[in-house]
Amino acid sequence: MRGKGKAVCLGADIDTDLVIAGRYLRTKDRGVWAAHVFEDLDPALARRLAGAVIVAGKNFGCGSSREQAAIALKEAGVIAVAAPVFARIFFRNAVNIGLPLIEADLSCMDGEPVAFDLEAGWVETGGRRKPVRPLSPRMLAILRAGGLVEYWREQR
Amino acid sequence: MSTLAEKILGAAAGEYVDRKVDRAYVHDGTGVLTLEAWKSMGASGLCDPSRLSVIFDHIVPANTGLTAMLQHELREFAASSFMHFSDIGSGICHQCMSEGIVLPGEVVVGADSHSCTLGAFGAFATGVGATDMAAIWMTGETWFRVPATIGIHLTGKLSGAAEAKDCALAYVNQLGMDGATYQALEFIGEGAGHCSIDERLVLCNLAVETGAKAGMFYADHVTAEYLRRFGAAAAEQVPEPCDYMQEITVDLADVVPLVALPPRVDTVKPVHDIAGLPIDQVFVGTCTNGRFSDLARFACIVKGNRVAVRTIVVPASRAVLAEAIRTGVLADIVEAGCVIGTPGCGPCLGTHAGVLGMGEVCLSTANRNFRNRMGVGAEIYLASVATAGASALEGEITEPEVP
Repeated sequence: MRGKGKAVCLGADIDTDLVIAGRYLRTKDRGVWAAHVFEDLDPALARRLAGAVIVAGKNFGCGSSREQAAIALKEAGVIAVAAPVFARIFFRNAVNIGLPLIEADLSCMDGEPVAFDLEAGWVETGGRRKPVRPLSPRMLAILRAGGLVEYWREQR
Repeated sequence: MSTLAEKILGAAAGEYVDRKVDRAYVHDGTGVLTLEAWKSMGASGLCDPSRLSVIFDHIVPANTGLTAMLQHELREFAASSFMHFSDIGSGICHQCMSEGIVLPGEVVVGADSHSCTLGAFGAFATGVGATDMAAIWMTGETWFRVPATIGIHLTGKLSGAAEAKDCALAYVNQLGMDGATYQALEFIGEGAGHCSIDERLVLCNLAVETGAKAGMFYADHVTAEYLRRFGAAAAEQVPEPCDYMQEITVDLADVVPLVALPPRVDTVKPVHDIAGLPIDQVFVGTCTNGRFSDLARFACIVKGNRVAVRTIVVPASRAVLAEAIRTGVLADIVEAGCVIGTPGCGPCLGTHAGVLGMGEVCLSTANRNFRNRMGVGAEIYLASVATAGASALEGEITEPEVP
């Protein structure tokens, strides 16, 4: 589970309402979620997410269990999200839809390259390599499969 | 010796376990995606539909044709699959599950973050997203990392105009929005024993606002007595000495009416400090404070008076509404000039039935005041039912009087 992208820096305690507002939830059209991702935080952000690794502060994804938050990020082209600690429902949701999460405390410069290898357990940014808090074997297997739907399809 | 979470999950903190889920539920919001994911998994059936519920609460009745269509699809599926189905007007999923369904010791998973509410019964109750729930539909189980636990000692008794909600805001303030991430909260001590089930539901409801995966009370005679009304038997749970990763104390006697300032639940001040702040709307309801005891307390305050700002009251369930009608509480509320909504979540999630306009201010008894949650450019102050009642009458944030 490796990847790389350019950093998009965000602050701490970004809740899932800010990722995708409640007023956009009533649809199955994933494009709607991608189009309005982070609208209430910074409407210009959505256009910068293709190929991005979000480097956020602590407690990213707190609040509502809405899986549309993780889906919106993935649909908008986010490669992975890094944070020192994630809110736990978002943590499961992201892995379940195949969006890699990097649990590490990183300094962030917008646009800087970020590379990671979750199986090897490192993330590299600004020329510095840092260890990543390891995912459980099950979560890695789910990510490797591409998400929980694909994981169960393989199991059956 | 084990914490309650360790005992129910059957393993020590930090271990990963697969556990059978005793009760699993979705609402009209998360159910749509759950159904999609379940179909995509290629599942041929449901593991045990008798343990699964679909409860419509988020947008009830439907606000648009699209919402109605999504609800139609889920309704048809629920009917054909023999799950328990509760249509619009039944109430908030957590409240419905609290009316004699969830029992002590059970593993309960809801596709909603406030599923932690049901820890009030001594169950391990937690929220998940739609795809996790789809796998539970298919297999009847899910994985957990057994959480470490923070012990919250409750001492003394609530006094004056303070309510369980104020105590909840006090501990959220102490722990912070991520103070209990990946952990469970256990409410213990003699103060915990003094709490009614409604008060326990409030305290567990806000656990997720500290990042906790569960908030729990040990089942005792109060639990057993409450469940007996629904014809359910419940064994009491006895706390044993155990290792908490952190312990805090809240003296209930010291709790005063509090308010959480927008846009964070953990930014809390005494109501006294911001009294006089003008408001545009009061909202009483939600999985935090929409129970009969809440409506009754609110009615006591507004009875015989007129509210000074628009005030929306949404009973948490049909049973709550029925009791409010039977006892005259509803008439007192309506005659004071309040608007009654369909049992459910009301405007809390910002999609219908009372969202606010740009620059407006709402005093709400709910559990979240995130930016734009109840309307773009609107602000939400979170407080107790008593503070809501006093503020509704004055049209500004007002300290409640001692009843």
